[in-house]
Amino acid sequence: MSTLEITDLHVTVETEDGAKEILRGVTLTIESGQTHAIMGPNGSGKSTLAYSIAGHPKYTVTSGSVTLDGEDVLAMSVDERARAGLFLAMQYPVEVPGVTVSNFLRTAKTAVSGEAPKLRTWVKDVKGAMGDLRMDAAFADRNVNEGFSGGEKKRHEILQMELLEPKMAILDETDSGLDVDALRVVSEGVNRAKDRTGAGVLLITHYTRILRYVQPDFVHVFVDGRIAEQGGPELAERLEAEGYDRFQPSAVEA
Amino acid sequence: MSLLTPQRPSEGAHTHSAATMVPDQSRAERTASFVVADFPVPHGREEDWRFSPVDRLGAFFRDEATGACLDWAESLPEGVTLEGLPVEDWRALGVPAPQDRAAAVAAAHSGGVGVLDVPAETELTEPVRVRLTGGEQDLVHGHLMVRVGRFSRATVVLEHAGVADYSEVLTVLAGDGSDVTVVTVQEWDDRSHHLGQHDVVVGRDARVRHIAVTLGGGVVRLNTNASYAGPGGSFEALGVYFADAGQHLEHRLFVDHEAPHCRSNVEYKGALQGETARTVWVGDVLIRASAEGTDTYELNRNLVLTDGARADSVPNLEIETGEIEGAGHASATGRFDDEQLFYLMARGIPEDEARRLVVRGFFAGVVARIGVPEVQEHLMEAIERELAAGAAR
Repeated sequence: MSTLEITDLHVTVETEDGAKEILRGVTLTIESGQTHAIMGPNGSGKSTLAYSIAGHPKYTVTSGSVTLDGEDVLAMSVDERARAGLFLAMQYPVEVPGVTVSNFLRTAKTAVSGEAPKLRTWVKDVKGAMGDLRMDAAFADRNVNEGFSGGEKKRHEILQMELLEPKMAILDETDSGLDVDALRVVSEGVNRAKDRTGAGVLLITHYTRILRYVQPDFVHVFVDGRIAEQGGPELAERLEAEGYDRFQPSAVEA
Repeated sequence: MSLLTPQRPSEGAHTHSAATMVPDQSRAERTASFVVADFPVPHGREEDWRFSPVDRLGAFFRDEATGACLDWAESLPEGVTLEGLPVEDWRALGVPAPQDRAAAVAAAHSGGVGVLDVPAETELTEPVRVRLTGGEQDLVHGHLMVRVGRFSRATVVLEHAGVADYSEVLTVLAGDGSDVTVVTVQEWDDRSHHLGQHDVVVGRDARVRHIAVTLGGGVVRLNTNASYAGPGGSFEALGVYFADAGQHLEHRLFVDHEAPHCRSNVEYKGALQGETARTVWVGDVLIRASAEGTDTYELNRNLVLTDGARADSVPNLEIETGEIEGAGHASATGRFDDEQLFYLMARGIPEDEARRLVVRGFFAGVVARIGVPEVQEHLMEAIERELAAGAAR
């Protein structure tokens, strides 16, 4: 059992006009096996939450805490966080020219588990996971994210989640830009990894569509840098019907 | 600054002022001569010297023999010979002339040309290896020729190491239909200086690959010129360089397309690490009116790993006929990408290992094209060492 605990998290980002506060007091606890969906309009700070937990240098935590099983995540470097069991599936995965997918996966697996994976089982695991995600075997010889289509990038992110077996996976708009078929394949991958490893999942999305395939236990509505409302799966259905309008500042003032 | 070169010396006194400079209208107008006096001592503002630290290179411009030489160690596959040739006989072959003062001095005072001969219709299975090592900082005038007979296949690896001031002329004559790979590896001590002019004459339907690997040396400046003796030739120039603090690594290429239906492809990649690390890449391609059906492309990429380093990259393309297959160039110099680093570290990979992955990846494509396994392995190991040394600093 693992617990990711986010308490009153405040985060700023440097802009031309000085530091701008994006997260304004986020409190959230995720346990192993749970799926939390975070939904919200553009610019509400959803991605900032994801990148702050992963440790992107662009974001500055000004107060609050993030702990994984009691360990201070914010005191860890980016790679230490990943080795502690955190995983971020990125919305815009980065190209790494000249580094093949197979080399990258093996290097990451070795780093996360502290030892090189046994060659025979590793090759089988990679092939199996790629097959499940409907990825061609030739994919392993391509350079990381270079020339990948949007769908291929997202499959590659989930492939890493399946192989690195994190305790907590944060999926940042993994569904955006996917057609229905790709969405189904990617969602199956998330469910498979979750069922097998018992990982906790923080699913960040703009749309309710992915929630038909990845069933959330909790839904949080994110507005203006904090959680405005939370509930069960029924909240997602309500958002589907009503949109985010009632949470927008203009609607509140009116 | 600017596109100025000295007027022909015969037309005026050497006052070394901008008043006597006129811009070349074409790369083809650049002086080429066996006569040292045709090249004034450069002062650093000439087009072909403007990036170079000429104040550190005075000894290279002195019009006198020194008698010094490097230690030679060669390994010659069966059938390959190495013999001396008087400079006059070399000139009588119609070889390309020196194109700057250092090369003219080296050709005039080398005392003879070391000629590597690969006979016609010979397929070498092992590379020809020549290792040149310097022991003292004396100026050495070096003069080599690689002559590969028609329909032969050969790989020649020239390695440079040790301490030296080395001024070099290398002529490569590739016979008709031959397949020649010349690899020049510069792993000098960082006190060393090396100026070189490499002339490659590509025979009819011949394929020549010139590969420059420059890692060590205080100042290294290699001018590589390719021309074609007949149609159907192919010239490929690959380069890898890694400059640390205090190093000046300069590579200039000139591909002169005069014969029709020839190809050229240039790819140079470099990394810079440390304050004052400096690299220069200049790629000139001239497609003359007669060179119909030419296909040419050149590319230079630089990866700046730390603050304070400077990379210059200047591709020039001059086209005198529209009847070509293709002509293009690309150049880009970028800083180390922090987003790549974040992506790799977010997968648990420690920072130093992530940096190594990115730099190795940057060089991987061009290194794979070298096609000489021992050189490729050695080069990747050397790059690892450079990175490790940079990380330790």
